[in-house]
Amino acid sequence: MSHIPTKDEICEPENMVYSRTCLLTDNALSYCPGCGHGTAHRLIMEVIEEMNLQADTIGVAPVGCSVLAYDFMNIDMQQAAHGRAPAVATGIKRLYPDKFVFTYQGDGDLAAIGTGETIHVCNRGENITVFFVNNGIYGMTGGQMAPTTLPNMKTATSPFGRDTETMGHPLKITELIANLPGTYFVSRQSVHTPANVRKAKKAIEKAISYQKLNKGLCFVEIVSNCNSGWKMTPLESNKWMEDNMFPYYPLGDIKVPK
Amino acid sequence: MKDIRLMKGNEAIAEGVIRAGCDGYFGYPITPQSEVLEYLMANKTKERTGMIVLQAESEIASIHMVYGGAAAGKRVMTSSSSPGISLMQEGISFMAGTELPCLLLNVVRGGPGLGTIQPSQSDYFQTVKGGGHGDYKMIVLAPASVQEMYDFAKLGFELAFKHRIQVMVLSDGAIGQMMEKVELDEQVPRWTDAEIKIKSPWATTGKTPDRERNIITSLDLNPVKQEIININLQKKFKHIQDTEVRFERIQCDDAEYLFVAYGSSARICQKAVLLGRERGIKVGLLRPITLFPFPTIELAKLAKQVKGMLSVEMSAGQMVEDVRLAVNGVVPVEHYGRLGGIMPAPDEVLNILEKNFIKEKSYEPHTN
Amino acid sequence: MTEEIIIAGFGGQGVLSMGKILAYSGMMQNKEVSWFPSYGPEMRGGTANVTVIISDERISSPILNKFDTAIILNQQSMDKFENSVKKGGVLIYDPNGIVRHPERKDINIYTIDAADEAARLGLAKVFNMLVLGAFLKLKPLIEPEYMRKGLEKSLPLRHHNSIPENEKAIERGKEIVKEIHLAN
Repeated sequence: MSHIPTKDEICEPENMVYSRTCLLTDNALSYCPGCGHGTAHRLIMEVIEEMNLQADTIGVAPVGCSVLAYDFMNIDMQQAAHGRAPAVATGIKRLYPDKFVFTYQGDGDLAAIGTGETIHVCNRGENITVFFVNNGIYGMTGGQMAPTTLPNMKTATSPFGRDTETMGHPLKITELIANLPGTYFVSRQSVHTPANVRKAKKAIEKAISYQKLNKGLCFVEIVSNCNSGWKMTPLESNKWMEDNMFPYYPLGDIKVPK
Repeated sequence: MKDIRLMKGNEAIAEGVIRAGCDGYFGYPITPQSEVLEYLMANKTKERTGMIVLQAESEIASIHMVYGGAAAGKRVMTSSSSPGISLMQEGISFMAGTELPCLLLNVVRGGPGLGTIQPSQSDYFQTVKGGGHGDYKMIVLAPASVQEMYDFAKLGFELAFKHRIQVMVLSDGAIGQMMEKVELDEQVPRWTDAEIKIKSPWATTGKTPDRERNIITSLDLNPVKQEIININLQKKFKHIQDTEVRFERIQCDDAEYLFVAYGSSARICQKAVLLGRERGIKVGLLRPITLFPFPTIELAKLAKQVKGMLSVEMSAGQMVEDVRLAVNGVVPVEHYGRLGGIMPAPDEVLNILEKNFIKEKSYEPHTN
Repeated sequence: MTEEIIIAGFGGQGVLSMGKILAYSGMMQNKEVSWFPSYGPEMRGGTANVTVIISDERISSPILNKFDTAIILNQQSMDKFENSVKKGGVLIYDPNGIVRHPERKDINIYTIDAADEAARLGLAKVFNMLVLGAFLKLKPLIEPEYMRKGLEKSLPLRHHNSIPENEKAIERGKEIVKEIHLAN
């Protein structure tokens, strides 16, 4: 009977084909298993590492599921009040125009309470990068309706489904800010399949590298699942996202540099 | 040769922050303080010192821009007037929770609500007792002249960085809008990025291999840790109370009666002291310069000397509570104030002092 | 020496700038000065007033309700400030547009026909300097060389070519001020 290698025998340097970026800390992610946040974190940190930007990067974490992003990202970070990350990032970037400054925000943060800050940071064309994770729900507070919640979608605060007559329509904030002359590159991606992860990483690379050009704001939306908030298994939630979220929030570049 | 100018209070503090080496101002127009932003814009600060000035989309955005800059170690500020300061309370509380140094200016107008654009001192509670959520205090400087508006820019930044705390200059429409002689001093150079790393090693300036990452956050979900954070904050406030009290005594040495007043009310009372002395009344004025920390010990000492104190404020009676706490019932303490943007006249406050303590000798204890 | 002055009239009459020139000139002459305006929407067409204090000592209250001198340029201000002049103080007014003239007997009252004179000169904008001249005739607190410095400091550079005509207007104001009543 042939020898079955132990874990330690497998984990030899010569067998190493992939490793976690050193810009992610050893802290266990606080996200639910199956959630897209972890992948989004990893992609951003990988790109920052590959571009050798750690010493120049200041990140801004929001309020929402990713409030603790600074526990996982091994970079200097500021935690911002709910919705205010774009203003906080403006303060940093205006005073450190040569640093790489980004915000990482959810849909409630960016498209509800922080709509004013979002619109104006884009309108001023601040040279920052915004990462927007849109899962159509307030995850951290327990699954309440978000500005991006789909019509008829059930949440804790729309238990009979989002009635657009009384609760408004899902806000396509990404299309909205793409219309502003201050934005330079706007893209919508997802991270639920290996192919999508590769595309998302490319968009993130562009959004980060464009910041050096000082041409305006770069914005990458990642449409993500919230299997806990949606009350589904991770696989079901990915399928539901493809069937329901993507038709309303189609993937692809929305605004690219000419 | 001395650089002496005639300036409005709002212009003086704007010039003061430029010369104090301020790195960034973020603000939103509101009467009666818009001259601050206007002056900074007209003075081309970017060319003069490299200072950044940005008109934000709201007071909320302004204070969070200040947060971002302060968390990155820069000397930053904002200014507003009462309704705008109300909007900023969220950001101020976050800065208290993260112990970020900054300079804030409130050129107070009458409230509540949209109120009036005329001068008032009705934001004392909001400023001194903590207008935002949580157990916190800021250092509060109360200028009573245009010169002090200028001087408190530099002093404010010094105190802010010495204690890693927010410093609020609590002015009012009168001090902001009036012109007086101001003596300007030399330009303080802005800190270089290398100096910032030394002076504020906690600041988020980009993680370098020689240190752990810096995180600015007020969040700790573990109540045991959050209690320790709060206890340490309180220790800092106690230290500030013990070491940073500032006040001015005007004709207090032989005083039998005392005005207690800050800001423009103190100027009015200063005149009332002169008028009172002409009438043969031995009256003095204690002018708190810091409202937090409050000159509690000095007032307790004066309580053993005088027969009564009149706290004069353009409010319904806010600072008077702190005067009474300091005096602790030793002598009667009364309040006189005008509301809604009306400023009392010097003979008006003197008449009230006489009526309360001299003409009607019988003292009725204050009851609430 | 402390001189406490209220200047009051319509917005647009140059009330605030007259006060500013006076304060600046006093400062150039090494006096302590304060300038406290009414401010806000009333400045745009309504009434405007400014309290100016010039003193050899540190100024206490910049806000007052009794004045050594009141300079009054419209009826509303007459109604509001006639009784704010200290006993034995000075009230200077331009009778143009005044329907109720001052009635007090315990103050010194003077008139200056500044609006008429400015119209006659064809220089509407020197109106306030004519009035200032009347004040300086009665209260010669500031020497002419410091008035010039005050004008230079308070007028923007692009208006410096109008300084000579402003100075002339001040001198003219000194000539045309009229005594109406001396305090009993």
